[in-house]
Amino acid sequence: MSKQIHLAAHFPGVNNTTVWSDPRSGSQIEFASFERLARTAERAKFDFFFLAEGLRLREQNGLIYDLDVVGRPDTFTVLAALAAVTDRLGLTGTINSTFNEPYEVARQFASLDQLSGGRAGWNVVTSWDAFTGENFRRGGFLRQDDRYTRAERFLRTAWELFDSWRDGDVVADRASGTFLSRPDAGAFAHRDAHFDIAGRFNVPRGPQGRPVILQAGDSDKGREFAAATADAIFSRHGTLEAGQAFYADVKGRLARYGRTREELLVLPAATFVLGDTDADAQERARVVRRQQVSGQTAIRHLEQLWNRDLSAYDPDGPLPEVDPVVGENTIAKGRASTRMFGDPLRTARQWRELAAANKLTIRELVIEVTARQTFIGSAATVAESINDLVQRDASDGFILVPHLVPDGLDEFADTVVPLLQQRGVFRAEYQGTTLREHLGLAHPDRRPAA
Amino acid sequence: MTELHLAVALDGAGWHPAAWREPDARPAELFTAGYWVDLVREAEAGTLDFVTIEDALGVQSSRSDGPDDRVDQVRGRLDAVLVAARVAPLTRHIGLVPTATVTHTEPFHVAKAIATLDYASNGRAGWRVQVSARGHEATHFGRREIPDQLGPDLVADLFDEATDYVEVVRRLWDSWEDDAEIRDQATGRFVDRNKLHYIDFEGRWFRVRGPSIVPRPPQGQPPVTALAHAEVPYRFAESSADLVYVTPSDVDDAAAIARRFAPPSLVFADLVVFLDRTAAQASARKQWLDAWDGATYTSDAAIFTGTPAQLADLMLRWRAAGLDGFRLRPGAIPHDLTAITRGLVPELRSRGAFRHAYEADTLRGLLGLHRPANRYATVEGTR
Ligand SMILES: Cc1cc2nc3c(=O)[nH]c(=O)nc-3n(C[C@H](O)[C@H](O)[C@H](O)COP(=O)(O)O)c2cc1C
Repeated sequence: MSKQIHLAAHFPGVNNTTVWSDPRSGSQIEFASFERLARTAERAKFDFFFLAEGLRLREQNGLIYDLDVVGRPDTFTVLAALAAVTDRLGLTGTINSTFNEPYEVARQFASLDQLSGGRAGWNVVTSWDAFTGENFRRGGFLRQDDRYTRAERFLRTAWELFDSWRDGDVVADRASGTFLSRPDAGAFAHRDAHFDIAGRFNVPRGPQGRPVILQAGDSDKGREFAAATADAIFSRHGTLEAGQAFYADVKGRLARYGRTREELLVLPAATFVLGDTDADAQERARVVRRQQVSGQTAIRHLEQLWNRDLSAYDPDGPLPEVDPVVGENTIAKGRASTRMFGDPLRTARQWRELAAANKLTIRELVIEVTARQTFIGSAATVAESINDLVQRDASDGFILVPHLVPDGLDEFADTVVPLLQQRGVFRAEYQGTTLREHLGLAHPDRRPAA
Repeated sequence: MTELHLAVALDGAGWHPAAWREPDARPAELFTAGYWVDLVREAEAGTLDFVTIEDALGVQSSRSDGPDDRVDQVRGRLDAVLVAARVAPLTRHIGLVPTATVTHTEPFHVAKAIATLDYASNGRAGWRVQVSARGHEATHFGRREIPDQLGPDLVADLFDEATDYVEVVRRLWDSWEDDAEIRDQATGRFVDRNKLHYIDFEGRWFRVRGPSIVPRPPQGQPPVTALAHAEVPYRFAESSADLVYVTPSDVDDAAAIARRFAPPSLVFADLVVFLDRTAAQASARKQWLDAWDGATYTSDAAIFTGTPAQLADLMLRWRAAGLDGFRLRPGAIPHDLTAITRGLVPELRSRGAFRHAYEADTLRGLLGLHRPANRYATVEGTR
């Protein structure tokens, strides 16, 4: 039997995937935009809606980065409002485990789960940097090496809080005057190196028991954290080979924690460009790439690798002769991606060779070396590729990032989803009401303990 | 006759601890969205200025020094900001004023949450600032100790912290100028970063750099409100809030307290209300609830039992003594909520003391507050 595909809609935001310069690009902050995208995702029977988060405006060369979309709403608040205008769609938000406290986050997720009828999901991220810390009480208190220890303790503490209420605790029986079945509902006491807390949790258990847990770290520690605790991984590996390698790697880590391969879904981020024909889509994709990488964006991107100011260079001219500054990246702050370049000198050498061989300008080179769209083609081609990647174990589905707000998902919903439904690999109707049910995950009270 | 402002304070099944046992109460639904949507829509049908939603970082208790072991009263609640957000898309005019605690939380998070509520409601968000002086809430965070017996120094500290906190939140709301988003194709810039501002707050309890990650909310500054009973919180409200809830015991007390606050602060009196067709019925109902609970219900606010017409008389007298409005705490929900919207409101309208229809789209508009200039904005050309 074919694997069922899972699909999610990522509200595109603070990065250069989002093409704000397009005339069809709408507000990135008004609620109507969020409502519009969420309604499209629900119409298309998607598993969930997804929000990213960054807790400090990004900077480059000591200045606020102004070329991409800047600004986003508060995650919990917008998800709770979306619960009012959707019925089945999962509502998943990115919440950091460094600049929050478990009691507060647990009450927010338990409340969201109650207010949405069991549709809450939590993407646990671990940004730890002192730069972001400057917006918070404790500042940059956490060492990078400790980010996953804290995240793991944070999550386990939150679980204790969710579990401190049991399903039958609220009886609300007028006749006998019994509101609670037991006097200590919500009682907890937790102590470890990061958290020393005790008392009574004050939100009764939501329909899902615990929110669905997503994890988006890519390092070895991140993968291990996911294998131990997460229900799904939001990954960067959307191609066949990289996807299969990542998939095998993380699914292979599960047995160690007494978990089966079905208990952790792998959901890479994916972008797409559709067209009437494959050739048409290719042409549209080329236009989108040029919109995503303006001349100014290309220079800024180069600076992130070079780790120095390159503002004097012409984006339509050749690559810099000077070498990157090796060492701590001081140029770009508030980005998760700057540690991905590996050895900057070697990467710069490769880029120069590539540019020389193909006579590429700075802008053309950056368009070439930064991610092109994951899926490009007619609806039939894209449906085929998605299904192929899932059936060949490169993923369990995708978190789709449209490049336009608010109607960037419409075409996909109208043309690709019906083809997947016809193949019988994507739901035609929601079967359950909770996000856990959409994802085929057991309720935490009804699965064998790890 | 100038009109008065009217709000209701929503909390669980009502403010009387036995209210959930009334035959028309919906105690099994207190933790569902549908319950809250119905209550706020009822308040909106009565053209009230706003609702507040109570909250706390701990479980309800009949004791002041920590949780009790009673099982015959409502225990548990949902996060008030999220309840307000859940209701926002399903209402159009009424202000939504959730409670959020400042003592253990992050000003950065609260600023973006209220700003986002303002976006989700198209300009109807407010905030009721709450200080947590409870030791048993401090242990839920484990980052500081708060003794059960509060000394005056600690009270002063907690309110000083609240003052700093509101200052940070207000600066964050202004940290984006209204026209910061430019989408300039020629230069490839989405924002004009000269219109984004570091707030660089440094105080005893925290330092916050900014700017906010949320653009300036539709109202610019959503109204900040606070309940105050004594001199220290009065001073905090005066310096930090747009609207203060006070708890006068009678009309003379109301006059004295109102004199204490200079405009533009709005002063609302809190009253717990039990309303029925006759005064006797209203007090009988309160006694009945007291009997169920096994104790006479008392409150920090004055308790009114009587008819909507009698309540209107009292409100107009207190109004004349210098108050701007009232926040009524319904003793039992839905009974006393609908008595407000369907009994008291028509009574006030017939006396020319309350609106017949919403006259503004934003909470500031309903409260007669203009949209404030941004503290960081420079007059064009002088930058
Ligand atoms: C696809 C993907 C999406 C991510 N989204 C966010 C995000 O929205 N906010 C955030 O703070 N970090 C985000 N991250 C960063 C990670 O969650 C993680 O905290 C960071 O990469 C450091 O962990 P690592 O060293 O294991 O990768 C994302 C990572 C990936 C792979």
